Amino acid sequence: MSNIITVKDMCLWYGDHKALNNVNIDIPEKSITAFIGPSGCGKSTFLKTLNRMNDLIPGVKITGDIRYEAKDIFGRDVDVNNLRKEIGMVFQKPNPFPMSIYDNVAYGPRTHGITNKVQLDEIVEQALRDAAIWDEVKDRLKKNALGMSGGQQQRLCIARALAVQPKILLMDEPTSALDPISTSRIEELVMELKEKYTIVIVTHNMQQAVRVSDYTAFFLLGELVEFGKTDDIFSQPKDKRTEDYITGRFG
Amino acid sequence: MKKQEYHPFEDNAGEFQDKLFETRIEAVNLAYKKAPKSEWAKYAERMIHIIFLLLGLITVGCVLLITVYLVISGIPAIREIGPVDFLFGREWASTAAEPRYGILPFILTSIYGTAGAIVIGVPVGFMTAVYLSKLASPKVKSVMQSAVSLLAGIPSVVYGLVGMLVLVPGIRKVFNVPDGASLLAAIIVLAIMILPSIIKMSVTALDAVPKEYEDASLALGATPIETYFKVSVPAAKSGIAAAVVLGVGRAIGEAMAVMMVAGNVPNMPDSLFQSVRFLTTAVSSEMAYSSGLQQQALFSIALVLFLFIMLINAMLNFFLKQEKE
Ligand SMILES: Nc1ncnc2c1ncn2[C@@H]1O[C@H](COP(=O)(O)OP(=O)(O)OP(=O)(O)O)[C@@H](O)[C@H]1O
Ligand SMILES: [Mg+2]
Repeated sequence: MSNIITVKDMCLWYGDHKALNNVNIDIPEKSITAFIGPSGCGKSTFLKTLNRMNDLIPGVKITGDIRYEAKDIFGRDVDVNNLRKEIGMVFQKPNPFPMSIYDNVAYGPRTHGITNKVQLDEIVEQALRDAAIWDEVKDRLKKNALGMSGGQQQRLCIARALAVQPKILLMDEPTSALDPISTSRIEELVMELKEKYTIVIVTHNMQQAVRVSDYTAFFLLGELVEFGKTDDIFSQPKDKRTEDYITGRFG
Repeated sequence: MKKQEYHPFEDNAGEFQDKLFETRIEAVNLAYKKAPKSEWAKYAERMIHIIFLLLGLITVGCVLLITVYLVISGIPAIREIGPVDFLFGREWASTAAEPRYGILPFILTSIYGTAGAIVIGVPVGFMTAVYLSKLASPKVKSVMQSAVSLLAGIPSVVYGLVGMLVLVPGIRKVFNVPDGASLLAAIIVLAIMILPSIIKMSVTALDAVPKEYEDASLALGATPIETYFKVSVPAAKSGIAAAVVLGVGRAIGEAMAVMMVAGNVPNMPDSLFQSVRFLTTAVSSEMAYSSGLQQQALFSIALVLFLFIMLINAMLNFFLKQEKE
């Protein structure tokens, strides 16, 4: 299996504060990689670097080499909008636009130039089906998305991200605001999605990492302490700090 | 927690902490017990309530008083002249031997003038607001916002003065017309006068758009500009609409500046270069020397103006309510 993202010696500063220190990681294609680690260790920061959402924060400085499909994501010839189209993102708090369900999902494709109604309908339906929410919303596509439950909103956000046909889906604690039933639905969904997409998921829930992910990366104080197959990380961690964290001795 | 003796000279720091904590709780409880709400406090509370109510009623009372007064004093002339002749009469000649009291020229002038100001002022104000809220650096934003506040604070007579000295001769020269004091001059002055309120309210509405919406759009690969116009602006649309309505209200109610630049002649507003008179200036320019039916007719004009403003206020409330939802 090839690596879709390779990161070498990456550091990141917010102004003077060094938030990530020498991160090296290769993320395999069509798999689920989980990022775990205590609060403030830089998981979100690292995730947002991959689709260059950190560019928007003033004072951020990044060094090192980050490649997506072997191309430097900070290269001169890289179109950042296109990069973000290929590397989609689902946020911690469900954030549908205050528009209809249909318009939410159609927003991305429209932005990228698809205006044909038939084509849009198709994309919207497929995205909603992929996000396992089609049956719940197919009769109310014209209703405002803010009228849905939190779990539905989050799946809508996943559908919205899928509608631009990304290769990678970055998910920052996508279930932390949801009840157990919605959470398990999204976990199932994530596991289905890896057939087609590469998924990186940040989670504070150790069981969730074990349940869904193929690979796990453990971050601590801005450093990537350990990265490997999820089974290995949780059964025989190499680093003492990883062991302490997953056994709940700190963090 | 078990009750324990406190021995100050023994090494029991932990217990000491516990003890301290308990003591503090007791002290707080005691403080509450000692201060039950006295009769006097309750009385003061009620008094303050009444005072605030009275103060609130003053405003309401003023509005009611003005409304009633305007209706009572505005109706007789309309009755005497006839509502159709009054509202749709094309000629205003209040001091002629055979006076005519048709206010259609004023109504149309007010509508055209306001509409013109909106057509110029809204796009400029709206774009400025988007720029200030989304694109400008914090430094530029703060400088420009204070400039906008300053613009809002300039008295309208100053706008009129500058318009008279700069705009009116300018129009005369550029368009080669005999007199620059015209509907066009009034429209331009009004457009500038409504800018601050449009910009300020729109910026507030745009600033209030949750960043999550914009992040979501950007993360889908939309450019920042696309994001602002397709996500932020629609999310702020009722606030922006309210800003426009507020601008309309300001424009239609403005008297001083337009009196100085519009020529103040009761013509039908047939062209942009016509000297015209607005509803507001129709009242203010004749009030001083009017009497009898003429004066009553001026009250009727004020009533018409009042109704316009009520209508605009109703619209404003509607948009603001929508935004809350
Ligand atoms: N916009 C920012 N400006 C300055 N510092 C920031 C910013 N965002 C994050 N940080 C800092 O960077 C560090 C890493 O933050 P980050 O949000 O990546 O942590 P996290 O691992 O995602 O934590 P959590 O599990 O709580 O979400 C923290 O010390 C945080 O204070
Ligand atoms: Mg985070």
